[in-house]
Amino acid sequence: MTDLGQRAPEPDLEANAEAVESQEIAKAQSLWQIRWALLRRSFRNNWKLFRRNRIGIAGLVIIGFFATLAIAPSIFFATGFWSTSVYDPVTGLEPNPPSQQLEIVQTVTDPNTQIDIRQVLVDGRINGNIGDVIDVTLQPAPPYGKHWLGTDPLGRDILSQLMYGAKAAFGLGILAATVTVLIGTVVGSVAAFYGGKIDAFLMRLADLLIMVPGLAILIVISAVVRFQLWHLAVVIGILSGFGGVAIVLKSQALAVKVKPFVDAARVAGGSNARLIVAHIIPNVMPLSFLYMMFTVTSAIQSEATLSFIGLLNVDMSWGLMIQLANNQGYLLQGGRYWWMVFPAGLAVTFIAMAFFLVGRAMDEVVNPRLRKR
Amino acid sequence: MGKYMARRLFQSVLLFLVFITITWFLLYALPGDIVTQKFRTNPNIPPEAAETAIRRLGLDRPILEQFWTYVTGFFRGDFGVSFNQYPRPVTEIIAERLPRTIVLFLTAIVTYYWAGFIAGKYLAWRRGKRGEMAITVGGVGLLTVFYPWFALMAIWLLSAQLGLLPISKFLDPTEWRNAPFSANEVFMRLFWTVAITSALLFSVQYAANKIRDAAPARAIRLGGTVLVIVGFVFYWWGAGGVEIRPFAGDIAEHLVLPVLVLTLVNFAGIMLLTRSSMLETMREDFILTARAKGLPEKAVRDRHAARTALLPVTTSLVLAVATVIDGGIITEFVFSWPGMGEILISSVTSEDIPLAVTAFSFIGVMALVGHFVVDMLYGVLDPRIRVSSSQ
Repeated sequence: MTDLGQRAPEPDLEANAEAVESQEIAKAQSLWQIRWALLRRSFRNNWKLFRRNRIGIAGLVIIGFFATLAIAPSIFFATGFWSTSVYDPVTGLEPNPPSQQLEIVQTVTDPNTQIDIRQVLVDGRINGNIGDVIDVTLQPAPPYGKHWLGTDPLGRDILSQLMYGAKAAFGLGILAATVTVLIGTVVGSVAAFYGGKIDAFLMRLADLLIMVPGLAILIVISAVVRFQLWHLAVVIGILSGFGGVAIVLKSQALAVKVKPFVDAARVAGGSNARLIVAHIIPNVMPLSFLYMMFTVTSAIQSEATLSFIGLLNVDMSWGLMIQLANNQGYLLQGGRYWWMVFPAGLAVTFIAMAFFLVGRAMDEVVNPRLRKR
Repeated sequence: MGKYMARRLFQSVLLFLVFITITWFLLYALPGDIVTQKFRTNPNIPPEAAETAIRRLGLDRPILEQFWTYVTGFFRGDFGVSFNQYPRPVTEIIAERLPRTIVLFLTAIVTYYWAGFIAGKYLAWRRGKRGEMAITVGGVGLLTVFYPWFALMAIWLLSAQLGLLPISKFLDPTEWRNAPFSANEVFMRLFWTVAITSALLFSVQYAANKIRDAAPARAIRLGGTVLVIVGFVFYWWGAGGVEIRPFAGDIAEHLVLPVLVLTLVNFAGIMLLTRSSMLETMREDFILTARAKGLPEKAVRDRHAARTALLPVTTSLVLAVATVIDGGIITEFVFSWPGMGEILISSVTSEDIPLAVTAFSFIGVMALVGHFVVDMLYGVLDPRIRVSSSQ
């Protein structure tokens, strides 16, 4: 009974809110007020559906975590908590790296020989006898109070790089997704609305783009252009906007095109451009947000992969962190240099996963077929 | 069916022409002019030598003539001469690398598709039970994992730490020092025997499935499989294979890790797709009917639900072809597997344009052929498509 008692107010509240909104819509004077109220209502209904999906919420939480990471360095630098000379992700340098005392067990005179630091340490440049204890600076340094995630071989702070990478990833992902959605909705709507030759041309173009492996295209383009981060975002946006997203949105736009309100608008004297912009595109938009999520996932992964291969002209990103760890041989030592290996790799994985999960959860909201019985 | 096939084939060829035109002009004719950078203004090449090289490579001809030479040559199997490995024709390099990529690619696609379908089938059947969410999240994790990093971690764990498998590359040079065979010879023999064996195994399965009676079907399946495997073993362990076997084994051992990693990363996508496709099928009335008839759960699942659920998954394979090739490129790069993807990356970074254009075109051809095959397969699987196309 108590259970019932506690739960009872909830539907009342929601019903109230809905009633208030309906009143708002009825009372609204201008068209924009009505639109705003309708938008709020559809958002609230969708959120109610989305909230039930625990996996989607988990994705949102991860995205929130990375967003915090992306914002944090600006605050740290602005408040002086971090000084630029030490913590800058690209040019920073730890002036006093921690050191470790090692005993010389063997001296080697050949300066070209590389020796494992734990057993022998001395090359021809250091004068020492067997049995001496010397200080060796640790670079890369494991995590300690000053650098929470340690430093890389060049003495730069890993946490700061990770945060900068988060900022780059968000910028890239959001730009790529926006370009995708803009192009995808326009191409999809235009193809559906005009049909005929325009449709055939746009859809064959889309076929071509989804058929060819995206990474291969990006690799080939990077032979011609030195990619900056935002170039990459725009190129990914164009490729997926004219490609797969256009096809899906076109089929959605076809369904919208035959609705009575489009005919009504046409009878009322709306031009073709107006029909597309004011009536078709707004109804295709919700589905396009879904594809935004998947675009973000693929954009972040493409960026990381290209900078891993070394084809991207960026100063710092997660892919570059992994490339550095790999080129210098830390990656294959796995556990021993974990702070250079795991943060960046897991960050790419988790953020891509988070956007993918949110996309899947949104898919269940947009496609009623996928909901649970 | 024949008419549909012919139309699709014609479309594919047309698409390929557009594709190769765009690629060629993108790489040869863009303002950055890589040819000038590579030869004329390259301080390491004397000017006369650069001019000679440019003339020999035909780079002083008008751009349209160069393009025409390339395209007509392409269909005759002549892809020009590599910039960096100068006298060596691109055709020769491709002929060596292409089979290696195809093997990696086909093995991976068959394995992951099969594994993903089986896993998705069980996952859908267990809907709402414990572990479903963990498997889903794990699957999405594998699907979105940062692939090069994951591959390197697999190398670290399985090769560097546990020492189970070779770290990378195509073969172990120290074992091949006094080898009486060339690597390609051994590899092609391995390739053909495995291809023929799998084709035979598949036909045995197919024949057995066609037979209605349970007993002879089982006999054919068992007998045929054993016979084919015995034949395979006899070939390699018999008199002919004794000398070549260790070398073939070395190559096969190097193949295991790339295929394993490629499968792990890709199978989750198929698993999740099969799951949602199965869930939709399981709502259909014929499943209820099958249950009401008193068929055992296994028969309902495998014969009725999974069979129907296979269709959307096959369509998804159309789109997955491109993804797998992408994955293949990274795999080849990370594992130093000498295939087309590795060529593409190395030729792009070293600005070897003829090689890059050809490698990219072949990747395009692989994607086109993959799509074509899957389209045909879909026609075979779905009777509705067959009917509508034959009209």
